[in-house]
Amino acid sequence: MAPLLPSQEELDRRKVVGFGLEKITNASNSEYPDFFPGETGFAWSVESFKKNFRVQIHELNPDESTFSLIGLDASIANAFRRILIAEIPTLAIENVFINNNTSIIQDEVLASRLGLIPLKGNKEGLRWMKWFKEAKDGEPGSTLTDYNTVVLHLDVQCTWQEKGKELFMKGETDSNKLYHNSNVYPSQFTQQPIGRQADFFSGENAVQPVNPDILIAKLRPGQVITLTMHANKGKGGDHAKFSPVATATYRLMPKIDITQPIIGDDAKKFARCFPRGVIKLEPVTVGEAKRKGSGYEGQEGNLKAVVADPMKDTVSRECLRHKEFVDKVKLGRIRDHFIFKIESTGQFDSDELFLESVRLLKAKCMKMKRSLGEMTSHV
Amino acid sequence: MSQPQDEEMDDAPTAPEAEDQNGEGEGEDEDDEPVQQLIRVLPGATETAASFEFKEEDHTLGNALRHIIMKNPDVEFCGYSIPHPSEAKMHLRIQTYDDQNVQDVLEKGLDDLMALCDVVVEKFTIAQEEYKATAA
Repeated sequence: MAPLLPSQEELDRRKVVGFGLEKITNASNSEYPDFFPGETGFAWSVESFKKNFRVQIHELNPDESTFSLIGLDASIANAFRRILIAEIPTLAIENVFINNNTSIIQDEVLASRLGLIPLKGNKEGLRWMKWFKEAKDGEPGSTLTDYNTVVLHLDVQCTWQEKGKELFMKGETDSNKLYHNSNVYPSQFTQQPIGRQADFFSGENAVQPVNPDILIAKLRPGQVITLTMHANKGKGGDHAKFSPVATATYRLMPKIDITQPIIGDDAKKFARCFPRGVIKLEPVTVGEAKRKGSGYEGQEGNLKAVVADPMKDTVSRECLRHKEFVDKVKLGRIRDHFIFKIESTGQFDSDELFLESVRLLKAKCMKMKRSLGEMTSHV
Repeated sequence: MSQPQDEEMDDAPTAPEAEDQNGEGEGEDEDDEPVQQLIRVLPGATETAASFEFKEEDHTLGNALRHIIMKNPDVEFCGYSIPHPSEAKMHLRIQTYDDQNVQDVLEKGLDDLMALCDVVVEKFTIAQEEYKATAA
């Protein structure tokens, strides 16, 4: 028997996850061989993937990108997202050696706060750096070297300003007028380049906080914080401070089909059911008004609802709560259209991070393939 | 379909279990960190049906690999699970049609996934360059 060939319409229909008022339909991917009896196709081939896969970039900034990946399965898109959050290594403060801390903030709280401060530095240098393995179960860890540890110092002391005491007696309460260093900020960190680190991290390229104005602690005259920090490479899976992204998310492209004309005041009400910009109002044209059975007869010049930008929709299903629209609109999402949004914490550019996540997935496969090869050669 | 599989099941355990012990002695107890064996075949495997255990892997690779292996027309069934949340292990079950070897299918799956990654990098880089060219 000749294989059944589904029509393009049928294929497009299968790609849409339907959103009803109380239920969703057609939720999971059916693009597998033998999913539908009698049909062939959907077997993996690089050629067909290459033909169907598309990338659309909507916004590209170092700290935030949005782009669409079209023609992927959710499992693959999710792998990229998970790798972005948990597996791309970054540099963060891991050990804090407190020499003196007479502030009211406790040592361990201070150390925890320091660890969470995002760092940046020469990207080449950051890639050049290697893991620092901590000693565990009696096994020795890595020794501290220039290629696994960056040393930062923080040394602040709060003092009275020249006329601070006088002002204080007069009842002045503004700490900026009374004291020096009453607020401790990451901009006060200094990096001490060690060995080859000087080649990568110097001047502008030094390892430094991304945001210089995060408040770490508050001091009063006489209080001191003197400490040394060791920054190591780590993965988001071990601690969130190592995650290179603030958020890495995707959502599916919304799809709105207006199946019957929505005209006049209804059209205005319909547009208000969606976020601004999703639905626009257009006058019914002469041609449409003349065409019999179009539903626009005699409506020339009146406003009708038209889908302008479904990407802005949140698929809130608000329009389905109104009886007049229930049979006139179909809501859905396109199953293989992923709108990614990646916000970087600042160590790497957001688009770089995405490419890195794809490369990491490949590296993972490579590692497993090698392991599989070794396993079979053992037999 | 089920007949030949059942027959093979009987004499199967000897082979995979022997291999199991080989792989295990080096990897598991002394040191689980180093680059040792990351994949092992679970007992009860046959040529056409086997469960693999991946160390230090999770849904990231599990689901992606499951998808790509299911796209292989020689595969009757493919599924993955994480048997226990506090053990960093992922199980992948593959059953194939006819005389397809499961390990070959797994290897093809890994190859396909790598090829997919290459296409994604290629297309993303092109889109990136185009975007930067128009923005500039």
